[in-house]
Amino acid sequence: MERKKKKRVSNSTVSLFLIGLPGMVYLLINNYIPILGIFIAFKNFSYAKGIWKSPWVGLDNFRFLFITNDAWIITRNTILYNFAFIVIGTAFSVLLAILLHELGEMLRGKFFQSVLLFPHLLSWVVTAYLVYALLSSSNGFVNNTLLGGGGPDWYGKPAYWPLVLIIVYLWKNAGYNAIVYMAGIAGIDKGIYEAAKIDGAGKLRQIFSITLPLLRPTIIIMTLMAIGRIFYSDFGLFYQVPLNTGALYSTTQTIDTYVYRGLMEQGNIAMSSAAGVYQSLVGFVLVMLANFVVRKKDPENALF
Amino acid sequence: MTGMTDEKKFRFAATLILAVVGIVALFPMVLLVVASFTDENELIVHGYQILPKKLSLEAYTYMWKQAPTIVRAYLVTIGTTAVGTSLSVLLTTSIAYPMARRCFKYRNVLSFFVYFTMLFNGGLVPQYIMWTTFFHIRDTYAALIFPNLLMTAFNVFLVRNYYTNSLPEELYEAAQLDGASEFGIFSKVVFPLAKPVVATISLFSGLAYWNSWTNALYYVRDPKYFGIQNLLMRIMKNIEYLRTGAAEMTAEGAAVTLPGNSIRMALAFVGVLPILIIYPMLQKYFIKGVVVGAVKG
Repeated sequence: MERKKKKRVSNSTVSLFLIGLPGMVYLLINNYIPILGIFIAFKNFSYAKGIWKSPWVGLDNFRFLFITNDAWIITRNTILYNFAFIVIGTAFSVLLAILLHELGEMLRGKFFQSVLLFPHLLSWVVTAYLVYALLSSSNGFVNNTLLGGGGPDWYGKPAYWPLVLIIVYLWKNAGYNAIVYMAGIAGIDKGIYEAAKIDGAGKLRQIFSITLPLLRPTIIIMTLMAIGRIFYSDFGLFYQVPLNTGALYSTTQTIDTYVYRGLMEQGNIAMSSAAGVYQSLVGFVLVMLANFVVRKKDPENALF
Repeated sequence: MTGMTDEKKFRFAATLILAVVGIVALFPMVLLVVASFTDENELIVHGYQILPKKLSLEAYTYMWKQAPTIVRAYLVTIGTTAVGTSLSVLLTTSIAYPMARRCFKYRNVLSFFVYFTMLFNGGLVPQYIMWTTFFHIRDTYAALIFPNLLMTAFNVFLVRNYYTNSLPEELYEAAQLDGASEFGIFSKVVFPLAKPVVATISLFSGLAYWNSWTNALYYVRDPKYFGIQNLLMRIMKNIEYLRTGAAEMTAEGAAVTLPGNSIRMALAFVGVLPILIIYPMLQKYFIKGVVVGAVKG
């Protein structure tokens, strides 16, 4: 009897394992083998010799990467853009969330939700077309119509791009993030607002004294998670939107675009793989730290 | 009474601000659509406008003549989206199942195995070398389906949480008493009950495949395998080569002839059209997924 039961349990364990197996195999190939492959960064890789026969070079690739100015520029750009996205993006998304919540279940509230989410559904390729239609110096809307025929060569001067990229980021993501914050606002007890109303608190007062303080945990969690990702950038935003223009690299190059260009455009696998490992390792430490802080503040929302 | 007017005032202000932001959100798309219907000469002289003086259907008649290329790209995109999304739903819902079963001893190990992929990755270089040298994925349909897009940890946890929160333990016990095997429980009981979350991850996955261009950028050179996004990307690249005066065009670029301004915009519009049509019908699942996923991924 005992044996029979044991056998049935292990049978179901095997079945459950088999059901999960295809997914596990996929992750093993797509995610875990490349993790093992980071040793390529410690080799002088060439396609001709293959990964096994290419010679080991120790930390040389990293040394070369950090001797150049590149390492500094890509780190600075990646972190500063993320910082701007976190600060401006959060403020803007929370504002939109409060306004959307105010219209609540009204038809126009639903309508605005869909409209603001729309840019998030477009690919980065199409987004690059839209930005080009606005900023192209020959026939863009901004120069021809808004600035009446004059206007700068947007794709020629790096100085404009921090502003352009921040606006494009907000345009594409603010609606999405606003919906996340809206869910947080929807979770606030309605009774608190009723009580405040009876005490004579106006709308603005309610926002500053109730909504924002009670939304703080959500904001903190979202921010910490974003800080954990501060070493990563959206490849599409930084590669497609500036149309991969060389003249703009000083303000548009991030770690992700640098890794891509090293690998695919310059055949500089040494630097590219070193930059990739640098991103993975520092990124990992940051995610762990961010999660550590989240867990201390609010174990419910910790990722693990 | 004063509270009432205050509320009304605030609603009015909210509507006003959201209307302005909404116009900004939609404006570029409207500009692109209008440009696709604008006369080519008008575009060259006055640029892209919201109210052009001369309209034209030339872009669309040209596209009609170029139909084989475009139809092919469309079919590649539709095909990879359909196959990719189906496989993705199958893999995601099935790996999430043992993660949700309390009787599965290794469910925490498995969850961590999935979760770890969100914390750490090997980066592009090892991944690229693996797919191209071990799996010889260059210029295949598999290149558009397999790397990265097939299963995301985010979706797996979305499904796992749905299983654990919405399907009670008694359900499994009852099915087991009826003599159902684990495969039977998964395919006949759990999967059919998971329809709402399947709708959400299908939407996420379908959108990811439809909009995907990175795999095409890394692994595809042969125009035979160009989807809509890839076609758009190569056309834009060629314009950049002309603009910057670079003499050499890439081999893959030369395969794509350089269409006029209005035609490019028409192509982009055609690439977005299915999303425009499907989105209003499915947005409720999309928004639900965003909310649920964000609250606890």
